Amino acid sequence: MHEHHTTEHLLEVRDLSVEFHTLAGTVKAVQDVSWYLDRGETLAILGESGSGKSVSASAIMNLIDMPPGKITSGTILFNGRDMLKMTAEERRAINGAKIAMIFQDPLAHLNPVYPVGWQIAEMMTAHGKPGADAAARALELLKRVGIPEPEAAMKKYPFQFSGGQRQRLMIAMAIACKPDILIADEPTTALDVTVQAQVLALLEELQRETGMGLLLITHDLGVVAEIADRVVVMNSGHIVETGNAAEVYRNPQHPYTKKLIDAAPGKGDIPAERERQGEPLLKAVGLKKTYGAFHALKGVNFSIMPGETVAVVGESGSGKSTLARAIVRLDDPQEGQVFYRGNDLLAMSPREIFGLRRDLQMVFQDPTQSLNPRMSVFRLISEAWVIHPDILPKAKWKERVADLLVKVGLKPDMAERYPHQFSGGQRQRIAIARALAMEPKLIVCDEAVSALDVSIQTQVIALLDGLRREFGLSYLFIAHDLPVVRDFADRVIVMKAGEIVEEGTVRQIFDAPRHPYTQALLAASLDPDPEVQAARRSARIRNEGLVPA
Amino acid sequence: MKSFIGKRAIASGVSLVVLVVIVFFLSRLTGDPTNLYLPIDATQEMRDQFRQMHGFNDPLIVQFGRYVMDLVQGKFGNSLRQARPAMDVVLEAFTWTLWLAVITMVLVTIAAIVIGSLAAFRVGGVFDRIATFFSLIGAAAPDFWVAIVAIVIFAVNLHVLPTSGTGSVWHWVLPVGVLFIRPFGLILQVVRGSMISVLSSAYVKTARAKGVQSRSIIFVHGLRNAMLPVITVIGDQAAAILNGAVVVETVFGFPGIGKLMIDSILLRDFAVVLAVIMVSALAIFIMNLLIDLAYALLDPRIRY
Repeated sequence: MHEHHTTEHLLEVRDLSVEFHTLAGTVKAVQDVSWYLDRGETLAILGESGSGKSVSASAIMNLIDMPPGKITSGTILFNGRDMLKMTAEERRAINGAKIAMIFQDPLAHLNPVYPVGWQIAEMMTAHGKPGADAAARALELLKRVGIPEPEAAMKKYPFQFSGGQRQRLMIAMAIACKPDILIADEPTTALDVTVQAQVLALLEELQRETGMGLLLITHDLGVVAEIADRVVVMNSGHIVETGNAAEVYRNPQHPYTKKLIDAAPGKGDIPAERERQGEPLLKAVGLKKTYGAFHALKGVNFSIMPGETVAVVGESGSGKSTLARAIVRLDDPQEGQVFYRGNDLLAMSPREIFGLRRDLQMVFQDPTQSLNPRMSVFRLISEAWVIHPDILPKAKWKERVADLLVKVGLKPDMAERYPHQFSGGQRQRIAIARALAMEPKLIVCDEAVSALDVSIQTQVIALLDGLRREFGLSYLFIAHDLPVVRDFADRVIVMKAGEIVEEGTVRQIFDAPRHPYTQALLAASLDPDPEVQAARRSARIRNEGLVPA
Repeated sequence: MKSFIGKRAIASGVSLVVLVVIVFFLSRLTGDPTNLYLPIDATQEMRDQFRQMHGFNDPLIVQFGRYVMDLVQGKFGNSLRQARPAMDVVLEAFTWTLWLAVITMVLVTIAAIVIGSLAAFRVGGVFDRIATFFSLIGAAAPDFWVAIVAIVIFAVNLHVLPTSGTGSVWHWVLPVGVLFIRPFGLILQVVRGSMISVLSSAYVKTARAKGVQSRSIIFVHGLRNAMLPVITVIGDQAAAILNGAVVVETVFGFPGIGKLMIDSILLRDFAVVLAVIMVSALAIFIMNLLIDLAYALLDPRIRY
């Protein structure tokens, strides 16, 4: 017999606690979490990595591996029945059909070896729909979510679509059985801003059409502002605050919520402009780079002054990373010059370049991959001096490593640890300390803060800013996140399809963008303030000539 | 695709030529076969005549030139031992080995995939532990020992199976059974490992969230993705048998290419040794091509 609760909610999680038993001990992933979701509404669970924001969704979908996971208490009521007391087969029948889920990184979440049409149809055949009907409906769904040439797309594979299209495919799959609830776990995190806006708009439209409840799991206040009715804020496994999205933003009650809102970049006044004078530190002229038939850079010119931060913004495929790699000669362009203090880097011999390498350092997006896992922090940082022995005599290495660790906000005794013993934010600090060990003049940051939580992001940006003031460093700051750029950069270069479409100071770009593409980027960028976001959205809808529903 | 096969063929052809040259000269270093073939009391005259007949008196380079000229005309020389075209001898033996390899590998592949996949589904479960235990023993078992023990048990003591030779279905049981053990152990381990990583992948999570049945998750979503590394190992193991399961063929007196190879080397039957090498090389070439085709068939991202 199953317990029958009378409840007015479509889905309700009550006092849910989940633990994970690992070799390092028991991790309490969530404790006494309670929330509900009604038909037609959008609830956002907001939290940083490790906050447990995805755990209740995994519990709902029966995706927690047990062991190591264990649900120690709680109930999950779906239409009044406790899902945790159902049989595996009953849960399977609900998954996809009644409650569907989409994930971050749709490329990884779609099976690479089956055509997408088949994968969408499988959602329906798994729940008893005949194959032919399912295929016909899959085609309809592809049309509905706006995939171009839907007939041909049915037979294509996930790798043949763009990131935004893949998320549309995931959405098509998720809504195939007309579920009562759609759970979206960071659905737009890996997407470009303009694509993010389209995907969120699609989710909203579909919700209006079907009246489904939408549960959105995100770390992004902007996404909450754009789409959520109510918000649940989570921190280290607990719900710290819950309420109407706009009210929580206006009047946060819990210190953590306040901290999170304060940390959101892109608010307040744009700092005063500094004058550009003297000789540029680095000047690129007519950079061209092709990969086969693809023109990654089509003649790019720009310069960086000493002590200046130049941000390069643009969407994926715009050539911004190619540009970063060309500057530090990781990937030589076919044409053009890069003058560093007047000398052309691209014309230099390997020996000459070797001497200059230490002046130009790079910090990559993913410190997990850019730090050798088998080297201790001490070795990672001191390797710079093994390669360039003239920087520092060996006797002083220990001392300097300790200095650098303090400088980036870590402790000197962490030098003997290995990268896996640190969090993502700490690892990025190690990567920065490693770059600083070279005593560089210019650091190229390729999406260096994109993977970090907002509060960590703020700290890393503050660190970079402090270092700029202390050492007069210059930065080439590659980013897709406009609010961060607004806070940190002096000048902004906007790239699209291998070309610079607009260039100017932060104030010029953010307050008076001239190029339509820059305007579109700014319009699609999400503001953490729900009211600002609502205004921006209605402006966007007006521009697109659509009548808001 | 065509140009891919073409490039492969050219590269393989070059290696084959180099190999044939090396083997031709190296095998001559083992000495003159004359004394092996003529009775110990043969006269010097008879020995000279034998050498003259088979061209062993000419300088090596002349012998090589003659061999190459014959090759160009499609002649692979004659077997000294059997006094008939070397290629006929080799192809006969190869047919036996091919059957041995195909039967063994089909059985191995089916068994390893099914058992390995099921083991991976519940890692650390009873089934997984039993499967892993036996597969590790299998992968580590020395085949000469297994072959002899199998003969002692099934042929000598139980009298249920013949010890050696060919002729009936029963003759195949022991060779296939013994050859089965090691590739089964190895491939099962690879299937299991590959499946474990595939089953923890994001798209399997999606399949679970879709409410797909467990059986489909393993054998539809998991298996096809898990097969890529498995195919490589299947290819290696099949190649090992094709190249001559020397020990097993010898122990069971199985008239395959491995036994032929050993016999020809011991008897300095040079033409046969070279023909064996060429046939094996071609078999490996085709084998590798099939593996590459299987890759492309399984994974749409791979195109040549």
